[in-house]
Amino acid sequence: MTNNSIQNIDSPIDPEGSQGELEEWWRYFTFNKDHKVIGIQYLVTAFIFFLIAGFMAMVIRGELITPESDLVDRPLYNGLFTMHATLMIFLWIVPSLVGLANFLVPLMIGAKDMAFPFLNALSFWMVPPAGILLLSSFLLPAGTAQAGWWSYPPLSTQNPSGYLLNGQLFWCLSVVFLGISSIMAAVNFVTTIIRLRAPGMIFFRMPIFIWSVFSAQLLQLIFLPSLTGGVLLLLCDLSLGTNFFQPDRGGDPMLYQHMFWFYSHPTVYVWALPAFGIFSEIIPAFSRNPLFGYRSVAMATLALAFVSSIVWVHHLFASGTPEWMRILFMFTSELAAVPTGIKVFAWTATVWRGKLHMTTPMLFALGGVVMFLFGGITGVMLGAMPFDLHVNNTYFIVGHFHYIVYNTITLAMFGGLYFWFPKITGRMYNEGWGKIHFWLTFIGANLTFFPMIPLGLQGMVRRVASYEPQYQFWNVVASLGAFLLGVSILPFIANVVISWLQGTKAPNNPWFATGLEWKISSPPPKENFDEIPTVTAPPYSYGKPKTWASSPTTEG
Amino acid sequence: MKRILETVLLAVYVAVMIVASVWLGRQAYSWMPVPATSEAQQIDELFSFLVTLGTFIFLGVMGMLGYAIITCQAPPDDYSEGHPARGSLKIEALWTITPILLVLWISGYSFKIYQRMDIAGPTDILGHKHLSSMQGGEPNYTATTPSKSNARSAPIIEVTAKQWAWAFRYPDKNVTSTELHLPVNQHIRLVLRSQDVLHGFYVPEFRIKQDIIPGRIINFEFTPIRVGKYLLKDSHFSGTYFALMHANVYVDSQENYDRWLAVAATQPPAPAPNLAAAEHAESPKRVFSSNWYTVLPAAPPIVNHSS
Ligand SMILES: [Cu+2]
Repeated sequence: MTNNSIQNIDSPIDPEGSQGELEEWWRYFTFNKDHKVIGIQYLVTAFIFFLIAGFMAMVIRGELITPESDLVDRPLYNGLFTMHATLMIFLWIVPSLVGLANFLVPLMIGAKDMAFPFLNALSFWMVPPAGILLLSSFLLPAGTAQAGWWSYPPLSTQNPSGYLLNGQLFWCLSVVFLGISSIMAAVNFVTTIIRLRAPGMIFFRMPIFIWSVFSAQLLQLIFLPSLTGGVLLLLCDLSLGTNFFQPDRGGDPMLYQHMFWFYSHPTVYVWALPAFGIFSEIIPAFSRNPLFGYRSVAMATLALAFVSSIVWVHHLFASGTPEWMRILFMFTSELAAVPTGIKVFAWTATVWRGKLHMTTPMLFALGGVVMFLFGGITGVMLGAMPFDLHVNNTYFIVGHFHYIVYNTITLAMFGGLYFWFPKITGRMYNEGWGKIHFWLTFIGANLTFFPMIPLGLQGMVRRVASYEPQYQFWNVVASLGAFLLGVSILPFIANVVISWLQGTKAPNNPWFATGLEWKISSPPPKENFDEIPTVTAPPYSYGKPKTWASSPTTEG
Repeated sequence: MKRILETVLLAVYVAVMIVASVWLGRQAYSWMPVPATSEAQQIDELFSFLVTLGTFIFLGVMGMLGYAIITCQAPPDDYSEGHPARGSLKIEALWTITPILLVLWISGYSFKIYQRMDIAGPTDILGHKHLSSMQGGEPNYTATTPSKSNARSAPIIEVTAKQWAWAFRYPDKNVTSTELHLPVNQHIRLVLRSQDVLHGFYVPEFRIKQDIIPGRIINFEFTPIRVGKYLLKDSHFSGTYFALMHANVYVDSQENYDRWLAVAATQPPAPAPNLAAAEHAESPKRVFSSNWYTVLPAAPPIVNHSS
C-alpha cells in the first residue's frame, strides 16, 4: 500500500536534524499532521498535566502528614484527590503513552506516517481543551468534582450548590471529550498497525512494543465506549434530571459501577501493556541478548488483553456483588498472573548471561520490573477475594496501584523517554543527571508507596482527609517520600531542556539497537524512510555479531 | 569449578528463600489488627499463605535479576553481543504451567477459606441458610434458622447509614443506638441500609467489609470472638465528612450485652451527637479554605443510647 497521507510542510528538510527542528518550534503549536510532531505535542502536553497532578498529590500528602484535617478544608481535599487521579489517568498516562506510540509506531513498522494524519491531529487537539476545561472547575463557586475518579452515583449527582455549572459537569464533559479523542486515536493505531507495516514485517516480526500498542489500542476501541456511555448517562442524571442511576427513582447505581469498571479494568492494561512493551525494547538492547521467548511474550500480550476484559468485577467484590460473581471473577482475575508472569520471567531470562550496560534507560527498565513484581504480587493477593474483603477501599489498594501506575508505568515512560531521546531530539541526554534522576525516583517512589501497604493492612481507609493517630508514622514516611518524588523530577526537566538545546549530536543508533527506527537519522527525516525498508528477520537480533543493520555513525 | 560454585550458591539461596518466606508468612499475622471475628482468623490464614508464596516468588525473581546485574555487566565501550538464544520451549512451557498451577492453588485455597466464612452478603450460593427474601422486600425475620449449629440463635440488628452517621436498631427490644453492641461468640446478622449514597461497613479487626447500597437491603453476617472496643468506619467514599463517619463497636460478654440492652431500653430517645454536624457547625482553622458547597450533614439520629 502506498502512503498517500504525508502532508508536505513547506520547509526544507534539514539532514543535520535538530538545528532545523528547533528553528521550527512554532510547528508544535499548529494543527500539524506529522506523527512525529503530534507525538511530541502529546508528550509535552501530558507532562505538563503530570506536573500539575503531581503538585496536587504533594498537597494531599501535606494534609496527611498530620492526623487532623488542617491544611485544606474537606471539600477541597476531596476535589484534590479526584482531580489528581483524573489528571494522572486521562491526561498523563493515556496521552503520554499515545504520544510515545505516535512518534514510534510508524518508525518501528516502517511507515511514513499514521494511517489517518488528520484524525491524528484532531485527536491531539481535543486533549488540551479538555484538560483546561477540567482544571477550570477550580474557579467555579461550586468547586471541582469531589466524588473520586470513579464518580459513583448517587454521590456524584448530589450537586449541593444547585448550580448548573458545577465541577461534576465539567468532569463529565472532559472525560467524554477525552474518551472520544482516545477512541479516534485507537482507530488510527489499529488501522496503522494492520495496514501500514513494511513489506516482510509479518506479525511475528513486529517488535513487542508494537504488539503491546496494538493490544492496548484494541482494548480502547472495544471497551472505552462503555465508560464514555456511562459518563454520558451520568451527565444526563446530573444535569437533565434523568434517573438511570438514581435508586430512589427506580435507577440502579450498580449499573454505573459495572459500566465504569467494564472499561476501567481493561484500561489498566491500556497503560500497562505499552509499559511492558518499553521494557521489552530496552532490556534486550542493553543486555545484548535477544528477547527470551519473543513469541510467547507476544502471545502473552494478546492473552493479557483478553483476560483483562473478563475480570472487572474484582473491583466490586465488596460491593453489591452476588457470591457466584465473587467466586467466578476471583478465578478469572488470578488468571491474569499467568501472562504477566511469562513477561517477567522473559525479561529476567533476557538479562541472564547477557552483557549488561546499566545506562539510565536500563536502570529505569529494571527498576520498573522489580517494582512491577511487587505490584503484581500484591495484585494477586487482592485477587484472592476473601483477603480483598479486608483491604478493599483501604490504602493497601492505593499502594498496590501506585506500584503499577507510578513505579511501573511512569518509570517505563521515563525509561522510554531516555531510550528514544536521541531519536526524538537528535541529541544525547546527560547520563550522570539521568542516573541521579533514577535513584531519586526509585527511592522516593518506594518511600511514598510502600508505607501504604502496612497502612491498608491496619485498616486505614482511602480518601480520608483525617485519620486515627495510630496511622501517623507510616503517613509521615509516605509524605516525606512524596516530597522527595517531587524533587526527583527536577533533574529530569533540567536534563531534557539543556540536552535538547545543547546536548551532543546523536548518531543514528547510539545503543547499537535493532529495530527500524534506529536505521534512520536522528531525528528522523520528514518522511521517515527515503525508501520503505523490507524486513527479513524477527526483531531483537542481538547475540549474533553485526546482524543489527546500520553501524552507528559517530558524527558531532 | 564455576559451575560447582554456582550450584552451591543456588542451593544456599533457595534455602534462604524458603526460610525467609516461611518466616515472613508467620510475621504476616502481626501486620494486621487483632482478629476479632472467626472470619478474621480465616482471612489472616489466607494472608499468611499469600505472603509466604509471594515472598518466595519475589525473592526468586529478584535473586536471578540481582545475580545477573552483579555478575554480567559489560565494560562501557564493549557493545559486543551476548548470546543468540531466542528461547527454549522447555523453559517457556515450565514458566507457563507453573503460574497456572500456582494461581489455581491460590484461587482454590481462597475458595476454601471463603466457604468457611459465613458472611452472607448480597446473595448466597454456598448453601448457608440465611434470612430469606432479603432482596428488595422487607426482611422476613420469622423464617430464619441459625446458620451455625454451635452458635446460639443470632440477634438481628438493623444498621442505617446516612451522610454521615450510623444508627443501629435492635428490633427484638426496640432499642436504637449510635453505638453497636454485639454479644461475643454469637453469629451476628446485620441488615444494612443506606438512606442516601453508597456507604461501607468496615471494622478492621473484623476483616470483612460490605458496601451498603441505597435502595437495597443487604444481609451481612459474622461471628465476633473477642471482647473489646472497636471502631466502625465508613469504607465507601460518601462525600465531604466521609472521614468522620465512625461508630464505636463493643463486643460484650452475654451478661454485659443483655444488661446494656436492658438499660438502653429504659432511656428516652434523644438526638445523638454527631462529629460531622459538629464540624460543620464550627469548622476548624485550615491553611487553605475553598468554602465550596457541601451536602449538609443529615439530621442526627434519634436514639435511646448514644456515646
Ligand atoms: Cu482491575
